[in-house]
Amino acid sequence: MDIFLQQIINGLVLGSIYALVALGYTMVYGIMGLINFAHGEVVMLGALVALSVVSVLAGSGLPGVVIALLGLAVAALVCMAVGFTIERIAYRPLRKAPRLAPLITAIGVSIVLQNLAMLVWGRNYHAFPPVLPASQHEILGATITSLQLAIIAIAALMMAALVLLIQRTRLGRAMRATAENPAIAQLMGVDIDRIISFTFVIGSALAAVAGLMVSANYSIAHYYMGFILGLKAFTAAVLGGIGNIAGAMIGGILLGLIESLGAGYIGDLTGGFLGSHYQDVFAFFVLICVLVLRPSGLVGEKLAERA
Amino acid sequence: MQRLLASLRRDRRAAMIASLVLGVVLAVLPFVVGGALGNSWLRVLDFALLYIMLALGLNIVVGFAGLLDLGYIAFYAVGAYLYALLASPHFGLHLPVWLIIPAGAVLAGIFGVLLGAPTLRLRGDYLAIVTLGFGEIIRIFLNNLNAPVNITNGPQGISGIDPIRMGGISLARPIDFLGITVPSLHAYYYLFLALALLIVFVSIRLEDSRIGRAWVAIREDEIAAKACGINTRNIKLLAFAMGASFGGVAGGLFAGFQAFVSPESFSLMESVMVLCMVVLGGMGHIPGVILGGILLTVLPEFFRHSAGPLQVTLFGKVLLDPEALRMLLFGLALIAVMLYRPAGLWPSGTRRRELGSDAA
Amino acid sequence: MQFSRLSRMTVVLAAALAATACGQKEEPKPQTAAPAPAPAPAPAAKPEVTVRLGHVAPLTGPQSHLGKDNENGARMAIDELNAAALEIGGAKVKFELLAEDDQADPKQGTIVAQKLVDAKVNGVIGHLNSGTTIPASRLYADAGIPQISGSATNPKYTQQGFPTTFRVMANDVQQGKVLGEYAARQLAAKSVAIIDDRSAYGQGLADEFEKAVSAAGARVVTREFTTDKATDFAAILTKIKSKKPDLVFYGGMDAQGGPMVKQLKTLGLKATFLTGDGGCTPEFIKLGGPASEGQYCSLPGVPLDKMPGGADFAGKFTAKHGQIQLYAPYVYDAVMVAADAMKRANSTEPAAYLPAIGKTDYQGVTARIRFDDKGDLQDGSISLYQVREGKWVYVETLGGNPAEAATAAVSEAKEAVKEAAVATGEAARAVGAAAKEAASEGVKAAAGAVKEAAEATKAAVEKK
Repeated sequence: MDIFLQQIINGLVLGSIYALVALGYTMVYGIMGLINFAHGEVVMLGALVALSVVSVLAGSGLPGVVIALLGLAVAALVCMAVGFTIERIAYRPLRKAPRLAPLITAIGVSIVLQNLAMLVWGRNYHAFPPVLPASQHEILGATITSLQLAIIAIAALMMAALVLLIQRTRLGRAMRATAENPAIAQLMGVDIDRIISFTFVIGSALAAVAGLMVSANYSIAHYYMGFILGLKAFTAAVLGGIGNIAGAMIGGILLGLIESLGAGYIGDLTGGFLGSHYQDVFAFFVLICVLVLRPSGLVGEKLAERA
Repeated sequence: MQRLLASLRRDRRAAMIASLVLGVVLAVLPFVVGGALGNSWLRVLDFALLYIMLALGLNIVVGFAGLLDLGYIAFYAVGAYLYALLASPHFGLHLPVWLIIPAGAVLAGIFGVLLGAPTLRLRGDYLAIVTLGFGEIIRIFLNNLNAPVNITNGPQGISGIDPIRMGGISLARPIDFLGITVPSLHAYYYLFLALALLIVFVSIRLEDSRIGRAWVAIREDEIAAKACGINTRNIKLLAFAMGASFGGVAGGLFAGFQAFVSPESFSLMESVMVLCMVVLGGMGHIPGVILGGILLTVLPEFFRHSAGPLQVTLFGKVLLDPEALRMLLFGLALIAVMLYRPAGLWPSGTRRRELGSDAA
Repeated sequence: MQFSRLSRMTVVLAAALAATACGQKEEPKPQTAAPAPAPAPAPAAKPEVTVRLGHVAPLTGPQSHLGKDNENGARMAIDELNAAALEIGGAKVKFELLAEDDQADPKQGTIVAQKLVDAKVNGVIGHLNSGTTIPASRLYADAGIPQISGSATNPKYTQQGFPTTFRVMANDVQQGKVLGEYAARQLAAKSVAIIDDRSAYGQGLADEFEKAVSAAGARVVTREFTTDKATDFAAILTKIKSKKPDLVFYGGMDAQGGPMVKQLKTLGLKATFLTGDGGCTPEFIKLGGPASEGQYCSLPGVPLDKMPGGADFAGKFTAKHGQIQLYAPYVYDAVMVAADAMKRANSTEPAAYLPAIGKTDYQGVTARIRFDDKGDLQDGSISLYQVREGKWVYVETLGGNPAEAATAAVSEAKEAVKEAAVATGEAARAVGAAAKEAASEGVKAAAGAVKEAAEATKAAVEKK
């Protein structure tokens, strides 16, 4: 029983991380219908910037949480600036271009950011200094660290804040209007350029949070970490129904649970024929099944067809 | 350029001369490239031909039928592994090439239908993620099917694959032909060129056929296409199968050329690169896609040769790591091309007209 | 709007930069072995040849930190060879390194290999990964260029029947066997869980480990898998926890091994952690933190500080390139083996010195290097290490022949004396007071070397 509970906790933690990253994907997609493939790299930048700041401050005697928050503040600023610039340079000029054109620039941005990060931070793996309290809690024989609890809480909090932002504020209404129909929104007096910039800036700030959380939890950061994380998060966003904030959360958690339960039990269930090396296969298999039954994700709305 | 092409279309004689010139250029190209730039560029050229085949295959799915496929490299893998399994010491089988390559095309086509069938209802980005998942599933299986029964030899890959043989002559050794010695890389070039031309021919014929028009109709508006009496299900499956079979052919050639296959050659990044070729060149436009294939194979190699020396000439020493700079320039080039030619470097005329009216 | 135009301008500029790159055709480099104009005012006016060695490793992508480390190892060997001013075949030899990036991609591997073949390199050091080494080896074999890898451990590499393939590192079979026996005997593990990263290296090592550990009487309770890009291992570790093994073996690299051992402790697993050379790095300890304490790893060869010249190498390397990541010493040895074969064959031509490589008996910084008929290390010994107080500490050396280290040390001592004598002679020949000083220093160095060798002999004999 404790093993099963542990696997559920593992899945929740992993899922929350996916969800945190997926929120950034889904927000940009919801507003512009664009897959921001470079989002994973922004998360990577957030992780590396936060790690650098934390490493510098680690010996300063400040409380760990303060150091982490300072790291997060700097990382968020850098990521927001980067996100803003990416949108301006790589996406804005292509708003009327064929749908796949921004996909290619996104891949280009991704390659550029990766190699810039390699030039700045070098090729080595970086360890995250242990500034955050690493106390462990026992629940019915299963273990969870306070950092992992924080990750789950922050993911939920971020999602709630985003929903509030989009549903309850003036800015949110402008965002929804832009998502619905940019031309009409503009006629109604919405400055869509500003709204889209804003969307990217918020998404990038979320990426910074995710970056800090990922590198603190696994105590590792590397210039190549964004790709695989972005891929998983993107899968999670689609699983939930891309463009839907709650969907990102649900998709993330579900993907995390599938991966950990899959890796934990399928091997024994199939008599050792399929083991944890097929972990990603289960994840994609479930994804395909879900999409075949519900072609626009678990909680996604029916998508307007885009050519 | 456009005017030149138009005049070629009008004038049959000019067209004949143009194709003759092109033929001669293609025939002597390996000797020119090999002689002037070295064999490494010739090898790059061979890979460029393989990628042209892949890009043309993907162009059928993405460019013609408008189905975004991010797992295309899986079909390349299927073709490559089929060749590797049927012509290597791994199973002790050594079947002839003329049997394996068509078999690879058929098998890849079947996999194409397997992928297409469950995804018929999906559109756009949802289709993209499912195809991506499919590509990864194939790679993961190839990577893990070494136990309990060793089929693919897992991550170790299959080595010692037979080189391609044509009529008892191995292409891996220099060939004496009418007193001229044709080195191995050149022989592969001609073989790849022949198959690439065949694929170009099939693509052109398909584009102008009933099926090609049906694909375009689906791309533009699936519901309208259905209303016009097009069996969208079969036509979409056919697009997947055709595209996949081109990938299967290219894969078989790759296995014979490299004499080694391992799952790491078929990563997601490869799928993305092939997609970049199609989009960068000009989706749905065959000459554009060919251009994209050549450019994206040659460009990184080109930066490999120039990233270091360029810095030396500009600043007198190597300031930035040449390898990082190479990929950096490649990424910038992708962005720059798309910003200035959003429809691709060489889009088709119709596509351009559509875009023109759209922007106005 | 202004800004957007500006940003577009930047992109144009970048494109223009790229275009200029297009305009630059690479200068054809002078052919190998062609007498280059001697820049040094050598009074004897000896002819000078340039020996070009290719080095290939991934310099971009996830494994680039190891790739750069390999390159640094090769570079250091080249610098030392140049400083030693060798003469081969009556000509002064200048070594040059052509470092290339294969991105750990087999296709790129062959393109780069072709580039080196075109450049008519005298030899190739690399590649790093087996996946690129194997397809590239065919090209080198066809061109008759000797290839010595310091890190490709897949047994297939040397089994292809090419006369040009060599490796100065134990292959997966040799290492996996020793590790398996060590786990069952010295670490007394009754039940073992095995994890690998599904890379050619990790899977190969884990398979061999499994065979050996089962043969030695331990029970494999579960076999789990991850990838070489993963960071989260909680699910498989939780499953392993439910099987309560005495020992967890990981076949894979440090970037996964470090975080894995950390998560293992967080989940409350009590098992000992053992990993191969991929995890035997300072990174492992850095990433694993306190959880890495008491864990084990293995490295082919004998530890650097136990080898004559090893500590010296480590010191110089660290001063110049920072911490040794992993394979730099092996790559360093690979270059030295090539140079040694050239010396013995008295030629830098691949065809002439290739047979000499097979007859190598060279005392490297990682091992005494002799090849079997395939080009693999003969009796490769494997050393085990344990993390104690945040550092890898040498435990013992298994496999190979312990007495060999002793004889090697003796022969090395003789060599050192001879070298010292040569140095003395040379110094004496030089004119002026400075020469005398140098000579006395040479003698001192020689004396030091003799002492060191004697100590090594003693240590080896004691162990025996």
